[in-house]
Amino acid sequence: MEATANTATDQKVWSGGNEPLRASYGKMMMWFFIVSDALTFSGFLAAYGFSRFKFIETWPIADEVFTHFPFLHGVDAPMYYVALMTFILIFSSVTMVFAVDAGHQGNKNKVAWYMLLTIIGGLVFVGSQAWEWKNFIKGEYGAVELKSGRILQFVDASTNERIALSEFAVDVPSERVAHENKNGLWFEDEGSLTEHSLESVLAGFEANKNIVVRTERLNEEGKKTVLSREASAERLKQAVMVVEGANLVHNEYGNRLFADFFFFITGFHGFHVFSGVVLNIIIFFNVILGTYERRGHYEMVEKVGLYWHFVDLVWVFVFTFFYLV
Amino acid sequence: MSATAVNAHAEDHAHDHGHHHKETFMTKYIFSQDHKMISKQYLITGLIMGAIGIAMSLLFRMQLAWPGESFKVFELLLGDWAPDGVMDPNIYLALVTIHGTIMVFFVLTAGLSGTFSNLLIPLQIGARDMASGFLNMVSYWLFFLSSVIMVISLFLEAGPAAAGWTIYPPLSALPQAQPGSGMGMTLWLVSMAIFIASSLLGSLNYIVTVLNLRTKGMSMTRLPLTIWAFFVTAIIGVVSFPVLLSAALLLIMDRSFGTSFFLSDIFIQGEVLHYQGGSPVLFEHLFWFLGHPEVYIVLLPALGITSEVIATNARKPIFGYRAMVASILAIAFLSTIVWGHHMFVSGMNPFLGSVFTFTTLLIAIPSAVKAFNYITTLWKGNLQMNPAMLFSIGLVSTFITGGLTGIILGDSALDINVHDTYFVVAHFHLVMGISALYGLFAGVYHWFPKMFGKMMNKNLGYAHFWITAVCAYGVFFPMHFVGMAGVPRRYYTNTFFPMFDDLTDVQVVMTVFAIIAGFAQLLFVFNFVRSIFYGPKAPQNPWSSTTLEWTTPVEHIHGNWPGEIPHVHRWAYDYSKTREDGEYVIPGQDFVPQTVPLQENEEELNH
Repeated sequence: MEATANTATDQKVWSGGNEPLRASYGKMMMWFFIVSDALTFSGFLAAYGFSRFKFIETWPIADEVFTHFPFLHGVDAPMYYVALMTFILIFSSVTMVFAVDAGHQGNKNKVAWYMLLTIIGGLVFVGSQAWEWKNFIKGEYGAVELKSGRILQFVDASTNERIALSEFAVDVPSERVAHENKNGLWFEDEGSLTEHSLESVLAGFEANKNIVVRTERLNEEGKKTVLSREASAERLKQAVMVVEGANLVHNEYGNRLFADFFFFITGFHGFHVFSGVVLNIIIFFNVILGTYERRGHYEMVEKVGLYWHFVDLVWVFVFTFFYLV
Repeated sequence: MSATAVNAHAEDHAHDHGHHHKETFMTKYIFSQDHKMISKQYLITGLIMGAIGIAMSLLFRMQLAWPGESFKVFELLLGDWAPDGVMDPNIYLALVTIHGTIMVFFVLTAGLSGTFSNLLIPLQIGARDMASGFLNMVSYWLFFLSSVIMVISLFLEAGPAAAGWTIYPPLSALPQAQPGSGMGMTLWLVSMAIFIASSLLGSLNYIVTVLNLRTKGMSMTRLPLTIWAFFVTAIIGVVSFPVLLSAALLLIMDRSFGTSFFLSDIFIQGEVLHYQGGSPVLFEHLFWFLGHPEVYIVLLPALGITSEVIATNARKPIFGYRAMVASILAIAFLSTIVWGHHMFVSGMNPFLGSVFTFTTLLIAIPSAVKAFNYITTLWKGNLQMNPAMLFSIGLVSTFITGGLTGIILGDSALDINVHDTYFVVAHFHLVMGISALYGLFAGVYHWFPKMFGKMMNKNLGYAHFWITAVCAYGVFFPMHFVGMAGVPRRYYTNTFFPMFDDLTDVQVVMTVFAIIAGFAQLLFVFNFVRSIFYGPKAPQNPWSSTTLEWTTPVEHIHGNWPGEIPHVHRWAYDYSKTREDGEYVIPGQDFVPQTVPLQENEEELNH
């Protein structure tokens, strides 16, 4: 190795001043930034996989959680809307490709139009994400949480279909004194009350012989285990609270890590999409103002394009791991 | 957008470097976009943080040697944290935590890699500046901001973060766990989040500058090894720091928003907390996926500097240039698949432990290649024993001593015996702490003339080296035996274990060495500051070196070279190269700068 002669001519030695990877430094910075950001997301997805694997036998079934579609109330439409969202986001990637291509041709109007379509696609996606969150937070059926932190959901024994708390809860009048700021030295917020109290849910369960509960545990067919009436009543003795919808601490869908990761990862991704939309808007106005036309190239469109494709690609992974598998 | 403006600016730059911009004090010294100024800013900030970090270590070493004794200096520096001059256990933990954080991130990551990447990448590859001077400036000021926040956290009433530099939950996640887990931990996380952003911006710049801005003839295989080291270090940073960001963000969610990512089934004062299902082991995985590569982020720049300094001062080509590059790449790759060796006793599957043992031991191969290449470069060299060379040889020594114990610790079966003892502390201080510090010192002594245009005092440098070298071994060599005797790390005092009583004398010896070493650094500070103002003016090429940075004028000018950027015709290590008749290639001169074209009948030495 030490003393081998190099017979290469000067032409083979890189001559400097140009770009060995045929990319400007700015574009390369964007690539390496994407590498870095991809690893942040990998960290989250690996953490999600780690936690889900730990609770592989009790993890909520995504098909039962994401069932809403706009204007179709009460229709069970598992994954339809998220599929539509995904399609819109990927389509915005397509329009971005057209924008970059138009940039290569130096066609300002075309770049502007395709950028606009991309921005609209991004905004629709972020809006849809917000709507998904709203449904997730509001919940549909409600459940009770046991002392152990596990969730019990209610099922109609004859049809095996989920029953919402409001369908069977009996109004049990009760009295409570709200704890207010002025009444205590160390006031901690009470949190909001659920629509149905635990007493009224339990009374409703007693009154309605057709109701049983199902646990978080998955049976051999990959469905949630439904208990018999007696076992249900026995298990309900452990109930400590009613859960309606989801927040970072409690959720009616099952394991709390499910909601934690859902909020965190889709939130982090949504933040990326939002930043991408803001960047796209800035670039869009620069296109309209003719900044890039004067500069002679539309490389900035390519750079934000790279970011936009990356954000879309991340969604494909999030979609796969959260919704599909 | 400002980034686009800078882009256009940089592109113009290549054409109009003849004229000079009007610079105000603010743009020249404070918000400078010149890589040479930014490197000085990094160095001085890093050294100040280093002084704080080292001072902290002296304080807790005193507590270890004389447990529970009262000292005036504790009362003076720690105030209410040392009632009657006796150190409080909580502040002991905080000192250890912040010492680790400051030394690893602020001194040896930003201070070392930030300083020398900034200084040397443009100068040694033949570029006018970094690819984006603006982002480079932002990177420094984010680092500065994160340093300020970390220092501010020292003055909180409840004390700074105290969960160890690894900030394992639940200690770091529950504000009620210990005094430092409240605001101190919050500020730690904020500071580190900003630090990660700074590191990312810096790394992006280093990478694209090395790839895109090399001068004519500077192919990747003609790059000095310093540049290879900085380049790969930046890549490791881009790959590993974002995972620490993931861990930190999840931890913030656990701390402040009630999620349970890392927490489960916790009782505090008889009360059950609501956290359920999370796992602290998950945090360890995420943390050490950064944490281990971080070791090489700290070490590789030091190794790169050493390669350069040893070749120059041995007046010999570096032995096995391509093997050195391959080792750097191999170390970088392997560093990302060994993190599990930090978790052998954390309940990880033993089979997984054996996999991590295997990958960990593989790192011994490229490390040994590097160590042997240094030794063979030194072999029969015409050694110029100036301070930079001494520190480089010191690095080779501590790298080997510390590396050998790494083989013990990397083996899960052996590690269990000494896990979390002072044996580990001794290992990593020698192999990454002291080695990287030596690299930092070697770099400062070697490139001081380039940074400040002045020479440092050699004799003070010798005194600095020998006292530091003797004391560093004086601290960390006995520490191995203390560790093998079973003394656990991170403990405020071991007086409750009678079996450790016999070791107190050793602790005293280590502490005395540590205090002497700490004060010896004042020699360096004095030499450094005095030389900036009163040092003799540096010649253009004080060490008769071949690399491009010594072809620039001593006075810093914007754009580095007054005329055209020089072209490169050979690799960086043509020292003592002779023609067939035994005469030096350039008669009477034992080195051939990279800018000199190949002479007639001269064979190009290539790696």
